[in-house]
Amino acid sequence: MSKSLAELEQYLVEELGNGLTGSQIAFGELTLLAHAEQIAKILIFLRDDSQCRFDILVDICGVDYPGRAKRFDVVYHLLSMRDNNRLRVKVKVADGAEVPSVVEVFPAANWNEREAFDMYGILFSGHPDLRRILTDYGFEGHPLRKDFPLSGHVQVRYDEEQRRVIYEPVSLTQEFRNFDTLSPWEGAKYVAEQEKNNEEGEAG
Amino acid sequence: MADIEVETEARNFTINFGPQHPAAHGVLRLVVELDGEIVERVDPHIGLLHRGTEKLIEHKTYLQAMPYFDRLDYVAPMNQEHAFCLAIEKLADIEVPRRAQFIRVLYSEIGRLLSHLLNVTTQAMDVGALTPPLWGFEEREKLMVFYERASGSRMHAAYFRPGGVHQDLPQDLIDDIGKFCETFPQVLDDIETLLTDNRIFKQRNADIGIVSQQDALEWGFSGVMVRGSGMAWDLRRSQPYEVYSELDFDIAIGKHGDCYDRYLVRMAEMRESVKIMRQCIEKMPQGPVMETSGKVAPPSRAEMKQSMEALIHHFKLYTEGFHVPEGEVYCAVEAPKGEFGVYLVSAGTNKPYRCKIKAPGFAHLQAMDYLNKGHMLADISAIIGSLDVVFGEIDR
Repeated sequence: MSKSLAELEQYLVEELGNGLTGSQIAFGELTLLAHAEQIAKILIFLRDDSQCRFDILVDICGVDYPGRAKRFDVVYHLLSMRDNNRLRVKVKVADGAEVPSVVEVFPAANWNEREAFDMYGILFSGHPDLRRILTDYGFEGHPLRKDFPLSGHVQVRYDEEQRRVIYEPVSLTQEFRNFDTLSPWEGAKYVAEQEKNNEEGEAG
Repeated sequence: MADIEVETEARNFTINFGPQHPAAHGVLRLVVELDGEIVERVDPHIGLLHRGTEKLIEHKTYLQAMPYFDRLDYVAPMNQEHAFCLAIEKLADIEVPRRAQFIRVLYSEIGRLLSHLLNVTTQAMDVGALTPPLWGFEEREKLMVFYERASGSRMHAAYFRPGGVHQDLPQDLIDDIGKFCETFPQVLDDIETLLTDNRIFKQRNADIGIVSQQDALEWGFSGVMVRGSGMAWDLRRSQPYEVYSELDFDIAIGKHGDCYDRYLVRMAEMRESVKIMRQCIEKMPQGPVMETSGKVAPPSRAEMKQSMEALIHHFKLYTEGFHVPEGEVYCAVEAPKGEFGVYLVSAGTNKPYRCKIKAPGFAHLQAMDYLNKGHMLADISAIIGSLDVVFGEIDR
């Protein structure tokens, strides 16, 4: 299986050449890194090429890396029933930039792209109906972004006086506690970094 | 004359189906555009049960994130836990002891029974039959007791853990599950006598919501939704996990891809599940049920009382939790409703960096518009029933 996966990787890199920025096999899974503008073309190739036949779009999701210039990853998971293979295609996209929608290629992409838009604010150009899907009507913000607080911004309750459901800023009876459970003895790089910064500060 | 013309001009009618509708199987709001009684367009509004599971998981350690999976598809809780555990185990390269693998398979199949029993019988209720749910729920109750006897909880079990399962099964519980496997096929026969040849049930389901093979692929269907259309695709067979490759079972497929075939596939799958459960009970070896290195699973209570090292391990595991190496994996299981997958991105810390939950029902519900177009209003409930949607997993 892993050998054929390596072969597949080689084949795809040759065929898709300039559409890709890289590829890797890790944990027995093949990942292609692609240019965002080319994603529709790549997925069409992967779907129709006789050597691939990745004809099922399993999932599309966003991942947020706030530290990066191109902040978001859009991850496409494909499945080929014929060859019993899975494939992951990732593209990078900056906040506010657009990724071409693949609804035309896979109808199943519709809701998945709406979800990625809802959760991360990733824009899909050419999507027929890019509305929010999971959050409330009139919701503001994109909840799965790393800078969106876990408690959210608003809370909802029924107001007796106004006789309707109202939105108000979140008030927590107990402050939200975010424990830093990472061990200071192993793995926590920030301790070393802090010490280094302190030393530099003193030296400067 | 002109007045009459205006009155006879046909106008489409838009109605709200749900959010609180007994046939919506949860909180689904459908905006349905009707031409007379013919459905022109269906726009499902979902998210009424959205709880931000994925966000919460990012803020919890791996072990703390586990119970959220019970609350996705709350009809078959352990099957979801399974996908998450497999993902962690793949990333961290954890070997699961053999007995634990059999227990997992056993309880995954119990989950399949739970889910299919609920679906088949409530689908019958949606089209007008009342007895099947009563009979089916009696069996579900027994299965939930098995859940409770293994994990202490009827539904939200938190029983599958990274590295194995939380507690070993006592022998009398295994015996009782064996006895259940003897009596359960009879109940299935009884339910089938009520439904399979029932004229009303057939009229309401046969040739309704037909899914062609091509459409099943395009819409990203999985599970019964593709098997009902005649494709023998089952992750337990094609990408076997745990001990499924050693077990003997058949994959039921339908012919026409309509609601009736999907019902038949579910009935057949329940019989196969019983077969798998029997084999698990027969083949289950003795031995540990949890990975024993002490790195992901806590040491035994007795050990903790005597060994300082064990106590430290326990404390560390329940405060900091274990670290999962950096990387990303996608792990899927054949949940009762289809392919349930977890895309897990780890940054090498004790918390998941990103955990995307791929719920089968999400893809199925998405095709509502395509499935219902041209059908009658009353067929909507039959089609929703046969899609087997549960909003815990769709809204997440």
